[in-house]
Amino acid sequence: MTNHPPVKTARSGPLADRIFGWLAKGAALLTLGMLLAILISLTISAWPAIDRYGLGFLASTTWDPVKEEFGGLVMIYGTLMTSLIALLIAVPVSFGIALFLTELSPAWLKRPLGTAIELLAAIPSIVYGMWGLLVFGPLLATYVQQPLQAALSDVPYLGAFVSGPPVGIGILSAGIILAIMIIPFIAAVMRDVFEVTPALLRESAYGLGATTWEVVATVVLPYTKAGVIGGIMLGLGRAIGETMAVTFVIGNFNQLDSLSLFQAANSITSALANEFAEAGAGLHQAALMYLGLVLFFITFVVLSLSKVLLSQLRKGEGVKT
Amino acid sequence: MSASEPTPTGEFLLQAQAHEQARLARYAQRKRVNRVALSLSLLAMAFGLFWLFWILIETIVLGFGGLALDTLTQMTPPPNDAGGLANAIYGSFLMVLLATFVGTPIGVMAGIYLAEFDTRGWLATVTRFVNDILLSAPSIVIGLFVYAVVVTRFRSFSGYAGVIALALIVIPVVIRTTENMLQLVPAGLREAAYALGAPKWKVVISITLKAARSGVVTGVLLAVARIAGETAPLLFTALSNQFWTSSLSEPMASLPVTIFKFAMSPYENWQKLAWAGVFIITLAVLGLNILARVLTRSRN
Repeated sequence: MTNHPPVKTARSGPLADRIFGWLAKGAALLTLGMLLAILISLTISAWPAIDRYGLGFLASTTWDPVKEEFGGLVMIYGTLMTSLIALLIAVPVSFGIALFLTELSPAWLKRPLGTAIELLAAIPSIVYGMWGLLVFGPLLATYVQQPLQAALSDVPYLGAFVSGPPVGIGILSAGIILAIMIIPFIAAVMRDVFEVTPALLRESAYGLGATTWEVVATVVLPYTKAGVIGGIMLGLGRAIGETMAVTFVIGNFNQLDSLSLFQAANSITSALANEFAEAGAGLHQAALMYLGLVLFFITFVVLSLSKVLLSQLRKGEGVKT
Repeated sequence: MSASEPTPTGEFLLQAQAHEQARLARYAQRKRVNRVALSLSLLAMAFGLFWLFWILIETIVLGFGGLALDTLTQMTPPPNDAGGLANAIYGSFLMVLLATFVGTPIGVMAGIYLAEFDTRGWLATVTRFVNDILLSAPSIVIGLFVYAVVVTRFRSFSGYAGVIALALIVIPVVIRTTENMLQLVPAGLREAAYALGAPKWKVVISITLKAARSGVVTGVLLAVARIAGETAPLLFTALSNQFWTSSLSEPMASLPVTIFKFAMSPYENWQKLAWAGVFIITLAVLGLNILARVLTRSRN
């Protein structure tokens, strides 16, 4: 026997093989390291602000770069409120689109329509922003905000939501534009998870005489529940982290003095986009870094949740990703 | 469904009729609910397409109006002056190109690791999870990170910082598609190569990666499309520059950041140029996306 036993050859291998393996592993480790590096570097840069304000930063509404007093509640409120509006609009619409694409659409239309919705996701956010500011905002002000204000301003409670200048800039516009942006993401996930429902289940229900709607509501939806919520979380993560589109239309107003949806406000991302390059090194910059850290933390939690929910569905299904 | 006459023994028949009527009513109700739900679904689809077409038409009409030969040859002007977007287009092109060259090999190697070396181990599981998070993480945070690590270190905004920020966005996109595409390669192909005595690196490079080539290229195209329109990570890394520069150690103009600056301004000529820029970017990004789709389709 002059040859090595094959196991040994495979284990040591030629040098090129080992180098290749290290390179591949190194690239994977680099990705992991990226996440850690982001967390660590943001924490270090934000430390002066964390040290000074602690968690009280999250509850304070003062944002005064001149007096060097910082609190993040206005931006956090803006981010959460715009994302909430976006979800309220996007979830039902995405569900409808997914329902249409999986159950209603003729086979030859499925692909082009699916592609069209996916292209909506590909449009750069700056295009949404500019369109929102210059085209959509003015129309929203004239045809939606002014009539709403006229109709609701005297109604108690509801009136507070529509007070403020109806100029097409503010929380409502940002929410609507975010909704348009996240519809394709949620719709695509919902369509994909609807399609993993076993045909047997679906057809059994049809065989018992169920209508299309009953099949979707009582068979498909319960079966894909985790995936649907995962898709919504993915959309939420996108909405929270979206920068440019929001920056254009939210109005960049650092005060929280009314609950009006027409009021100009600010979000974490747009505060960063607008102020960071001009902020001098020091507390202002550290406070902005703190906001960035909060943003990263929120999206991290939301996206992890989404990932876990989606993988749960896949585990039950036994389908390879 | 004939009208039954009331007969002495008709009590039973009456009951049956009432029953039948209730059943029919219930059936009609179910059908009504179904019709309403399906119409709403159709409406949702129309709603989605409506925005796509509205944005596209507005971009084409307003963008094409602002487009001229000068847009491609002249530098970005001061307010109320004639000019173009040449330096911004060049800056975008250069940074996107370099970021793709930096990010692609790392992404492909990590994708290879996940698909060929370690499909189930803890490192692969964690990397996959982290990669999915990075894929959807806010891009402005990447900008903050590069600012903290690169810009403060070298005390200057620079094209290099912009390239690094964009490369960090390329990596997760490429990892994801490379891994998925490599997993589609049939195991028999690999085994045949191993049986011929090929070492692993050769199997991966000249068999599996080659078989998955068009899929990997698609991933790279999608990554290019993604970073071509990214604004947030460039805002405080590459910043912007009013003049032509090909030196990456200086602040560098890019199309998205220039659009941001011009669109938010009150000057009419700036807004017009911004629309022209939006037109160029939308065209490029949608073109790349469609190209990527055509590539994967011809493969199947």
